[in-house]
Parts: sequence; C-alpha cells; structure tokens
Amino acid sequence: MKKIKRFLIYLFLSIAAIVSIFPFLWMLISMTNKSVDVTGGRLIPGSHFLENLRNLFATVEIGTALMNSFIIAIITTILTLLIGSLAGYGFEIYRTKGKDMIFNILLLSMMIPFAAIMIPLYRFFGQVSSVAPAIGIDTLAAAILPTIITAFFIFFFRQNTKMFAKDLVEAGRIDGLSELGIFFRIYLPTMKTTYAAAAIIAFMNSWNNYLWPLVVLQSPENQTIPLLISNLGAGYTPDYGVIMTAIVIATLPTALVFFLMQRHFVAGMMGSVKG
Amino acid sequence: MSQTARSAGNSNQQRTFMTRLKKNYIGWIFILLSVLGIGLFYFYPMVQAFLLSLRSGMGANLEFVGFDNYVRLFSDPTFITSLTNTFIYLLVQVPVMILLALFFSVLLNDPKLKFRGFFRTAIFLPAVTSLVAYAVIFKYLFGNDGLVNEFLLGMNLISTPLNWLSDPVLAKITIIIAITWRWTGYNMIFYLSALQNVDKSMYEAARIDGASSIQQFFFITIPLLKPIILFTSIVSTIGTLQLFDEVMNITNGGPGNATMSISMYIYNLSFEYTPDFGYAATVSYVIVVLVVILSFLQFRVAGDRD
Repeated sequence: MKKIKRFLIYLFLSIAAIVSIFPFLWMLISMTNKSVDVTGGRLIPGSHFLENLRNLFATVEIGTALMNSFIIAIITTILTLLIGSLAGYGFEIYRTKGKDMIFNILLLSMMIPFAAIMIPLYRFFGQVSSVAPAIGIDTLAAAILPTIITAFFIFFFRQNTKMFAKDLVEAGRIDGLSELGIFFRIYLPTMKTTYAAAAIIAFMNSWNNYLWPLVVLQSPENQTIPLLISNLGAGYTPDYGVIMTAIVIATLPTALVFFLMQRHFVAGMMGSVKG
Repeated sequence: MSQTARSAGNSNQQRTFMTRLKKNYIGWIFILLSVLGIGLFYFYPMVQAFLLSLRSGMGANLEFVGFDNYVRLFSDPTFITSLTNTFIYLLVQVPVMILLALFFSVLLNDPKLKFRGFFRTAIFLPAVTSLVAYAVIFKYLFGNDGLVNEFLLGMNLISTPLNWLSDPVLAKITIIIAITWRWTGYNMIFYLSALQNVDKSMYEAARIDGASSIQQFFFITIPLLKPIILFTSIVSTIGTLQLFDEVMNITNGGPGNATMSISMYIYNLSFEYTPDFGYAATVSYVIVVLVVILSFLQFRVAGDRD
C-alpha cells in the first residue's frame, strides 16, 4: 500500500515535471529544425539552427528589438530600484503618521488595473508629444516612464528596510554624513541582496512587458522583443523554425538571470509577502 | 532649577524639535518622486478615465453623455461575453491552480522525497518565460496539427484532431491550461516557503489520531497556510481580471468572441475598432469595480475568522 502511494507520488510529480519542461525542450529542438519539420512534429534536433538564425536576422529587425528591450529593461531596472528604495527607506526611517497615511494611499495603486489607466496614459503621452516629442508617443522614454514608479517596489523596499539596523543611521549622523550620504554610503551597500532580488523582478517585468509597449510604441524601429514575437506569431505564413529561434533568444536573458540568481529570486518573491 | 539651566533646557528642546522637523522634511524628499510619480501615472489617469467614461464619440471628438456609457454596457453583447469569459477563467483557473500548487508544495515538502530540487526547479521553470513567448508556443502546441493533438491521437485517446483553438469551449480550456502551466510553479514557491515554518508536531499528532494524508491536507495544511493562500488568490484574481497577453496571442479573442477577456475588449475598443475612448474607459471601470469587490470579498471570506 505504502509502496503504491510512493509510486503514485513519483509518477504524478514526473508527469508535472515533464509537462512543465516539455515546451522548453520543444522550442530548443524546433530552433534547430526546418519549418515543415516543426509542424510535422519532429522531436529530434536538426541542423538548421544557423539557417534559422540567419533568416531571423534577415526577415525582422531582431537586433533593433533586442537593443530596445535591453535599453528599456536596464534603464527601468536602475530607476525603479533607485526611486523605489529611496521611498521605501524614507517611509521607514523618517516614519510619521502623515507619511504612513500617504504610504497606504500609494499601496492602493497596486489595485489599479493597467487596462483602466492605459487610455488616459496614451492620451497623456499624445499631449506630451506636441510639447516634447522626445518623450512622447512612440519613444522608448514613453515606454519607460509610467513603469518605473510602482507601489510594489516601495512596499518591497520598506519591508526589507525593517530588517536594516537603524543604529547605522545614527552612527552615520555622528560621523557627519548627510541624510542622503547615509542612504548612499551605508544603506545601499548593506542592502545588496535586497537590491539583487528587486533587480531580478524589475528586469523580468520590464523585459516581458507587452501591453503598454504595444500601445505606445508604433514604429518598427521602436519594437521590443515581445512585440516582435507577437507579430511573428500572428503572421499568415509563419516560419516555425525561425519563430522558435526568436522565442529562445527572447527567453534566454530571463532564464539566465533566473538560474544565476535563483536564491535571490525566491528571496525576492518572499520579501514581497513578509509581514 | 536656575534660570540659566531652564533656558538651556529650552534651547535643547528647541534644537531637538528643529532637528526632528528637519529630518521630517528630509524624509519627504526621499519619498517625493514616488508620490509624484504614482499620482501622475496612477491616480491622475484614474480620474481622467472616469471623466472620459462620461463622454462618448469617435477618436478625438468626444461629447459629454453622462452615464449613457454605463447604460450601454448592459446591452452590449461583446461586453457581456467578455465579462462572462473573464469570470469563467477566474472561477475555473484560480482554484485549480491554487489547489495544484498547494498539492505540489506538500509533496515537495517531504524531506524523504528524492529529486526534490529537480522537481521544484522543473515545476517553477514556466514562471521565467515571457507571457508572449509562451503564448505563441501554446498556440502552436494546441494547433490542429499541433503536438497535443498528435499525442492524443497517438495514445488513441481521440480519433480525430480536436479543434482546440476554433471550438468555443475548447479554446477557453486551452487558455485556462496555458495560464495554469505558467503560474502554478510560481504560486507553489510561496507555499513551499510558508510550509517550512509549519510545526511538524501537528502532523505527528494528526497521524497518531489516525488522520489520512488527505485529511491532514484539508484540515491542517490549508488552514495553516490561509494567509498566504489569501495573498496568492488575490494576486491571481487581479491578474486574471487583467488577462490580455495570452488571449491576444493564443486565440486573438476568437473564435468569434469566445475567449475575449475584458482587457482585450478595452484594447480593441481603443485601438482596433474605430476608437471610442469614452466607452473603453467605461468598460475599464468595470475591472476596477470588480478588483475592489473581489479583493474585499476574499478578505471577508478568508480573513475574518483569524
């Protein structure tokens, strides 16, 4: 009886693992096969990877899209971390009743669905276009700006600041550091793990963001990777080998980030729910 | 106390008051950018969206119509379909996913289990993919001559290929399978971490009392994990109410509007059909109201008894 139960547990977990991994295997295999072989259900690696790669670069501007996605994700990550940690630190270290109230109001913004503010944002950046075209519709700046300040990261940094030794702030004051000096010279270096976890989440969110870039970025030279893949996937005569190559390239950065920093990633997810 | 001592005390008090005031003021500098940013990019657009929802018209020619848009919702078949679809996704997908994730986490929490690390990583792996990328992959896997059909045919489970993407019911199921694939491992990680803090002696006692594993699951594990289950179900509910990427890329809302989600309908109203920003804003307020009501309900149902 007990043996049957163990067997069933392993069987169940193995099926779950196979179902979870299979799409990854399939895209890796299909990346090396011809389009007809992909649709034909071929499940062994072929020798068409270089050709797929060449076709991918020849048919779509994937270099540009990669560049745009990296620029957006890196700038977004840096600004998100900087602004979010300043606020999380500020709310916790300079805590007052008034600030706590503001903090709670900011948290409410986490419940605002993006679809609800998408149209006003689109119209807002449309108006910005006529004054400052450099940050208006169809610019990377417009894709970045509304995404860098989120209540989630303020909350995240405030939660983690609770574990930061406040004596260090006093020590910094006695040493004659300015309040901002304390933040940059003491807080920032001691909170490296928190920043690492936040960086992973921010980078992944930005790299994978789809709806807002879809709305605000219109010209092909401003396309990001998710937009490019979506367009490729919606084509009438798709070259499956090429599309799979593009998908693997799109998944690579986030998968790498995940595997290199798996521990921080889990810590980061948990940091967002800790009391 | 002498006069001088008192004034010294006063000025001391004054000084600490001044430094406190100064620190308080510096504190505002730290949070200023965030307050402005969230005001400008969240709360201000919310107000704008509401004002917009009171107006109607094509493109930029909008005129005030009061609550006409809200009345129009009730007689708009596409809206009703997308609302129903979203609720079907919500009611089927969220419970299935959360139960599965709980189940995996309980199995993987057993220290005697072999290959735990492998199973955990494998089941979590889907969470690292981009929504668009996995959606496109699922579209091909569930295509008419896709691998899912080939597998089912090969196993003799079906005799003709199933129209996963072009049958109204199967298309919804495909979307639900896809979302469950992507998010189960993600939720599992939360439960696994929470289980590590659970007192093992409770299970010992239950076993001695003759409770089966299934009884232990429902009467010990689930009640103990209630706070984290509440958190993940609210996050999943908000996420599903905003469902867009998958529907857009797997079925494009079809067949007909059979898989259309509210977010996708808003997108179509604004950017695919002749733009009617006013009405789109009205539909978007439905999501806002739903998020508020459902979060509140979940808090009441799960939070009250603690």
